[in-house]
Amino acid sequence: MLLKNETGQTASKQWEPKIIAFFCNWCTYTAADLAGVSRIKHAPNIRVIRVMCSGRVDPQFILDSFAKGADGVLIGGCHPGDCHYQEGNYKCLRRFQMLKRVVDSLGIEKDRLRLEWISASEGDKVRIVVNDMVAKIKVLGPLGLPLKFKNWADEMHVIVSEVAGKEEVYA
Amino acid sequence: MSGTNGKIKIGFYICHCGTNIAGTVDVQKVVDYAATLPNVVVSKHYKYMCSDPGQEMIQKDIKDNDLNRVVVAACSPFLHERTFRNATSQAGLNQFYFQMVNTREQNAWVHLDPEASTDKAMDLVRSAINRVAFHKPLEKKTVPIKPDVLVVGGGIAGIHASLTLANAGKKVFLVERDPTIGGHMAMFDKTFPTLDCAACILTPKMSAVKNHPNITMWTYSEVVSVDGYVGNFQVKVKRKPRYIIDDMCVGCLDCIEACVYKEPRFYNEFDQGLSKRKPVYMPFPQATPQLVVIDPETCIWFKTGKCKQTCVESCERKAVDLNQEATFKEIEVGTIIVATGFQSFDARKVYYYGYGTYPNVYTALEVERLINASGPTSGEVVLRDGSRPKSIAIVHCVGSRDKNTNLWCSRVCCLYSLKLAHLLKEHTHADIYNFYIDIRTPGKMMDEFYTRMAEEGVKFIRGRVADIYPDSTDEEHRRLVVKAEDTLIREIIKVPVDMVVLSTGLVPRDDAQDVRRMLNISCSTEGFFIERHPKLAPVNTFTDGIFLAGCCQGPKDIPDTVAQAGAAAAEALALIDLGYIELEPNTAFIVEEECSGCKSCVPLCPYTAISYDEEKKKASINEALCKGCGTCVASCPSGSIKQNMFEDEEIYSEIDGILNYQMEEALCC
Ligand SMILES: Cc1cc2nc3c(=O)[nH]c(=O)nc-3n(C[C@H](O)[C@H](O)[C@H](O)COP(=O)(O)OP(=O)(O)OC[C@H]3O[C@@H](n4cnc5c(N)ncnc54)[C@H](O)[C@@H]3O)c2cc1C
Ligand code: FES
Repeated sequence: MLLKNETGQTASKQWEPKIIAFFCNWCTYTAADLAGVSRIKHAPNIRVIRVMCSGRVDPQFILDSFAKGADGVLIGGCHPGDCHYQEGNYKCLRRFQMLKRVVDSLGIEKDRLRLEWISASEGDKVRIVVNDMVAKIKVLGPLGLPLKFKNWADEMHVIVSEVAGKEEVYA
Repeated sequence: MSGTNGKIKIGFYICHCGTNIAGTVDVQKVVDYAATLPNVVVSKHYKYMCSDPGQEMIQKDIKDNDLNRVVVAACSPFLHERTFRNATSQAGLNQFYFQMVNTREQNAWVHLDPEASTDKAMDLVRSAINRVAFHKPLEKKTVPIKPDVLVVGGGIAGIHASLTLANAGKKVFLVERDPTIGGHMAMFDKTFPTLDCAACILTPKMSAVKNHPNITMWTYSEVVSVDGYVGNFQVKVKRKPRYIIDDMCVGCLDCIEACVYKEPRFYNEFDQGLSKRKPVYMPFPQATPQLVVIDPETCIWFKTGKCKQTCVESCERKAVDLNQEATFKEIEVGTIIVATGFQSFDARKVYYYGYGTYPNVYTALEVERLINASGPTSGEVVLRDGSRPKSIAIVHCVGSRDKNTNLWCSRVCCLYSLKLAHLLKEHTHADIYNFYIDIRTPGKMMDEFYTRMAEEGVKFIRGRVADIYPDSTDEEHRRLVVKAEDTLIREIIKVPVDMVVLSTGLVPRDDAQDVRRMLNISCSTEGFFIERHPKLAPVNTFTDGIFLAGCCQGPKDIPDTVAQAGAAAAEALALIDLGYIELEPNTAFIVEEECSGCKSCVPLCPYTAISYDEEKKKASINEALCKGCGTCVASCPSGSIKQNMFEDEEIYSEIDGILNYQMEEALCC
């Protein structure tokens, strides 16, 4: 089996974390655009997925991102009170609080998951948050869940076949 | 799937945007890479995808290659998503079979390393190509536009927008917070660059507003809530009690004469406190409407409950009503124009200029009133002690272009400083010194105006004023010394003057953030309301149906304010005359077979779009009420709510694409 995942690679190119960001259309996505218009340079490690509201961010999206190889996940929404849909960001916050515990119990370091309120005018905050997150994740190193999953799966294979072998003997 | 036997055929295009994208992202590499991805039939790059030839290329490819999906990597979707959707639909494809990759604003413009930028572009292209395969053909929903318009703020911007709309036959509700319309312009004597009299051009427009059959003008009123969305806003307006019955008052001013306060004693807002008024007052002679107002903060009846109520007695028409209470009006409008203007920078914040400490330091707005023929001194420029100034310093850029206060240039201060220099000279024949950083006079006739003023013998000193302090040689302790470095001769100079005028900058109103929240629009970093696009949509906001006019969007002069107000009115008219607006179809719906009837989504919707059908034991979503945030979708435990354009598969496919994750391989073990 070949996982075409880029995490965990040790090849000549230095490892760079990959961060998936879910940005709400009205504030944070616009702020990221503003960072562009203002030419505010920041780390090239984030990959933005646009959603209409941070309330759309299903916890499963985040777990899925980690499971499939993201080194970090960033959620960006409007400041409390500013959500374009009144309170989607509060719903997001609620889920986030719970999700943090789950993620923590899975052994994923807390700096890998972040929720930030970034308003349409805060182009510079995009830079600050992204750079900070990238720096922290660089210290942590790759999360590499797909590789871990693979190793676990291989171990399971071995155990299963061992058990199967024994069963044969007893049979 | 438009005659393609169910096979997905994607056309991929990346735009150079001149060198904006291609200067950082290796477009050839991206194109070569995209060509290797599943379902991609065409992969091309082009200098300007948004140009006609760029769009025609897409359309031709759709026809020639039987494409049924299109992905364009270019600028932000906020800029050209519409363009490419149109191109797609004109070639006969559903416009939602299109996906855009933000490769300029969120990539080429913010990263320096071409390799990292190109990697990022490839990740996101892969993501979009993955996603677009899951797109569904959708139709935009149309909602009718109510023809009435709300205009918030009755300065020159609000006045001009209201008149334009009303003249076009639309009903306008103009809501002004102060007792009169007119805004800042009503305070000026003359206006640059023509030096024509402000009242002569403004007052006729104010009465036109008052008398226009299509305009409902509510002064001394505030918008307290706005609900709904484009085409259909429900607005609640609070009409503060004036303690005067509108229809009865004829503006005779007898009540003011009769007030128990024989002399005016209270801060006159309109004159910036340079004169006093009584608790019952007319803001200024041409106030519109011509209605007096009683200020409960200063009226002795409201403060103590004891007063002879001579005002009530004096009014023959029984127009004074001290028991009046606030009333609330509810209206429905289709569009809103925000014209709430600006306020002046608080000069006290630059403490070393001594405003508020030295009586002879004035703000420009105060001087506007001093010069004004109907102002507190009837146009005679005298200091607070009654003497005439023989020398005057005008300090430019107070609070502006300074990282300690505000970074921006307020655009009108150099020009109004020149205007004030001319008028002060005319009124006082004093020596006048302009202290400036550099003179900024862009705009039609503006630099000519500067040249004219410069020839009048006003002195110009290039240097930022460092300090203003009392002249110790002046026995009467009135004269001030203005200290600055004259940067042209590189010398510290100290100029003794009788009067200092601070040209304070324009700043957002204190309550701009509240107004922004209420209307669901955004502010820029400085706090002015932000337009949808600085060049291409300068009066639109990110909220459909809400437009901006005047200084609430940023500092500007009257000509630009009026032009912008006209533009905002035109944008509103365009919507009204079309009669409907197309909305994105990103609404949520319930897959009934899968709904378990747990009801957890019902209370989540802020628009009460979700209800529970007791008979079927299923939830259902009212599409007309759904605004498409997707919050319910994310919360449904059985995954039976879907959001058009943002279905789970679409988002998972983006995640897979970014991480280059391949399902079959991962599962194979
Ligand atoms: C000292 C000075 C001199 C100037 N001289 C000139 C000149 O000579 N020539 C020139 O071209 N320009 C001049 N300008 C610029 C000019 O004042 C502005 O361009 C113009 O006033 C902008 O008009 P506006 O309607 O946008 O804002 P404003 O004049 O500020 O009007 C806004 C109105 O909205 C109302 N309002 C605010 N908030 C609310 C709310 N929440 N609800 C309801 N109503 C609200 C306010 O009460 C006000 O009536 C000068 C500016 C200054 C400070
Ligand atoms: S729209 Fe930004 S968080 Fe809801």
